[in-house]
Amino acid sequence: MLDNLDPVILARIQFAFTVSFHILFPAFTIGLASWLAVLEWRWLKTGNQIYAEIYRMWVKIFAVAFGMGVVSGVVLSFQFGTNWSEFADKTGNVLGPLLGYEVLTAFFLEASFLGVMLFGWNRVSPRMHFASTVIVAAGTLVSAFWILSANSWMQTPQGFRVADDGLFYPTDWLAVIFNPSFPYRFAHMTIAAYLTTAFVVAGVASFYLWRRRHVKHARIMLGMAMIMAIFVAPMQLVIGDLHGLNTLEHQPAKVAAMEGLWETQRGAPMTLFAWPDQEAEENKWAIEIPYLTSLILTHDLDGEVKGLKEWPKEERPPVAWVFWSFRIMVGIGTLMILTGLIALVLHFKKRLFDTRWFQYWCMALAPSGFIAVLAGWFVTEIGRQPYIVYEILRTSDAVSPVAAPSIAISLTAFVVTYTFVFGAGAYYILHLINKGPVSDEEAYGAHGVRKPPIVTKLVTGEGGGHA
Amino acid sequence: MLNFEAFVDLPMIWYGLIMTAVLLYVILDGFDLGVGILFPFAPTDQCRDRMMNSIAPFWDGNETWLVLAGGGLFAAFPLAYAILMPALYIPVIIMLLGLIFRGVAFEFRFKASGKSRRIWDYAFHFGSLTATFMQGVILGAVVQGITVEGRQYAGGAFDWIDAYSIMVGVALVFGYALLGGTWLVMKTDGETQHWARQSASYVLGYVGLFIAVVSISMPMMDANVRRLWFSLPNFYFLLPVPLITAVFFAVIWRDLHKGAEYRPFFLSIGVFLLSYLGLGISLWPWIVPTAVTFRQAAAAPESQSLLLIGTVILLPVVLGYTAYCYYLFRGKSSHETAY
Repeated sequence: MLDNLDPVILARIQFAFTVSFHILFPAFTIGLASWLAVLEWRWLKTGNQIYAEIYRMWVKIFAVAFGMGVVSGVVLSFQFGTNWSEFADKTGNVLGPLLGYEVLTAFFLEASFLGVMLFGWNRVSPRMHFASTVIVAAGTLVSAFWILSANSWMQTPQGFRVADDGLFYPTDWLAVIFNPSFPYRFAHMTIAAYLTTAFVVAGVASFYLWRRRHVKHARIMLGMAMIMAIFVAPMQLVIGDLHGLNTLEHQPAKVAAMEGLWETQRGAPMTLFAWPDQEAEENKWAIEIPYLTSLILTHDLDGEVKGLKEWPKEERPPVAWVFWSFRIMVGIGTLMILTGLIALVLHFKKRLFDTRWFQYWCMALAPSGFIAVLAGWFVTEIGRQPYIVYEILRTSDAVSPVAAPSIAISLTAFVVTYTFVFGAGAYYILHLINKGPVSDEEAYGAHGVRKPPIVTKLVTGEGGGHA
Repeated sequence: MLNFEAFVDLPMIWYGLIMTAVLLYVILDGFDLGVGILFPFAPTDQCRDRMMNSIAPFWDGNETWLVLAGGGLFAAFPLAYAILMPALYIPVIIMLLGLIFRGVAFEFRFKASGKSRRIWDYAFHFGSLTATFMQGVILGAVVQGITVEGRQYAGGAFDWIDAYSIMVGVALVFGYALLGGTWLVMKTDGETQHWARQSASYVLGYVGLFIAVVSISMPMMDANVRRLWFSLPNFYFLLPVPLITAVFFAVIWRDLHKGAEYRPFFLSIGVFLLSYLGLGISLWPWIVPTAVTFRQAAAAPESQSLLLIGTVILLPVVLGYTAYCYYLFRGKSSHETAY
């Protein structure tokens, strides 16, 4: 039975599964690392213990998420070879060094200084500890730089030639690294990671405010998260738009799929909702706003936009996936901007921290960033099909000579393992959230580790007068 | 276009670098995988806490050498990467799954309470055991040769498994357990250290046995290896390799029974180093035995040149702060959670 399965589809499902799972962790830890650095800086600057307590709570969550990111990432570094060996053979000359640089400039840095961040409290000075946090945060961004450069090169390849042996050879490294879609993708993804973290933090803070626990901590957390929602969420709209225009220039078929546009036309309408039918080459049950797509994409009501029928059927991406993922991403982005606006209004009404319905709203949006990130990656990755290196190498020509049963069985093993392991990880993170920040007075009662100041004074004989 | 081809032997340098990365991985992750292998045999939970704490700040950095070896192979020898990964599809994936289970156990174990902690104790042990065994199996499969046609793997899904590769798998389990045991002798004291001494000297005998079996079987299986080691004058040049190994064994044995806390660990590393050297000599110049040499698999000189610049600058930096971390977390480990 297993022999009838298509190894290309299986390899794609397996890679999609492992990479989708993996991206959830970096999407969270990139933002979290930077935020932890800000928290520690505020703590060192102001001496306000609340910041340190928030830091110590979230650094534990960071460690769990980071650990899961590491183990799911190691898998990927081998899967280029296990699943896509033809791709590895052909593009190794171009992409190999980029990934090599990612390991050398980022992975070692993150791994080593994470150790200092977690276990170094009593072994290094506060300054050195802060430096470690900053280094880890920088490491996550450097890592994103290289991997997004490699991914963007697969979307908008340049700076290479294909030789007679069918292999890719680099001709201009700067052109390879800074390929046309890279700056947009890097900015878009980094900001997406920051927003993902901000909305998780906002959700957790709202949970505490709603339960009236850790109120001092929660106010700081919600305040900082809302600064992101107010200023950064609208920024993402602008960058997303620029990214879209860049895609229109280099991958117009992807944009046509995002818009669900079949016919090339002037004054193209924006399809709000529809069911794109790949076979019939039309949208069913479409709700459209006239001229809007032309306006957005060409900044002209009567501008011409290419439809999917410009490309032969076998050159088109699966439209419904791209179309719907795009709507989910944009929908969540809109909700995030709206959250910022509401927060602004509540702030001026001095009701930001005690409006019940806004607390429910933020709790509901806590996982929204993850969904938006996944949806965004679905748009860009499915939207460039049927190519793995856009318009140069087809996905079906990139696959390893591994038989379908092996892939099917390992796919099953991955699904079972990831569900169990990362399910447990999610449980422990929720547990840590439920436990919340531990303030110094509480620590005394709960663990007896730290002695309250008055006792210390009596013991050391500095108290004096009281006796 | 950047190209050092005219000045240096790029494939040779990269072969050396990849082999070094693999060696560093084997030594560094070797000891923390070894701690995982010995884990359930420790006398008390408090011992286990100390064992875990002794490697918690390091395991992530150690495992990064595996990513460097894999990523470096992709970058510097893409053809070898593209042939070996499909050939070793099943053992590589099982190894990765093992690494997942043991990797998450570091964080989960201290977050879990009561009985669920047991789950992560076993996840840590069996994950470490599985990953190690599969690494040995991979080694055993590679030294026996890979079937290649054109630029692709042309063998079956289960070519990697036979009695020999299984034996190498078991051998590596004992080898890493030795590294783990001697690491614990160095990093703990009291009850844990006493037990670690016993465990290390127990596995030491097996490690010696397996090294002897592999050393004798490789020249018996392969005429090239036989010629390389036993022709004159090679024999005299290479003779120190087994002799020094034997001396190391004797010293480790004595140290484990009386005194020295640090030396067994470093001499165990020495044993690995020498075995690795012996293996490297036997496999030369293959990167995919016996189908592709490292020169045939080399990436374009432009690609090897670009990454070489970064490596020359960054590798010393990486080694520097890795050493800093080991220095920072020096001394005996405690059983209390540090954060």
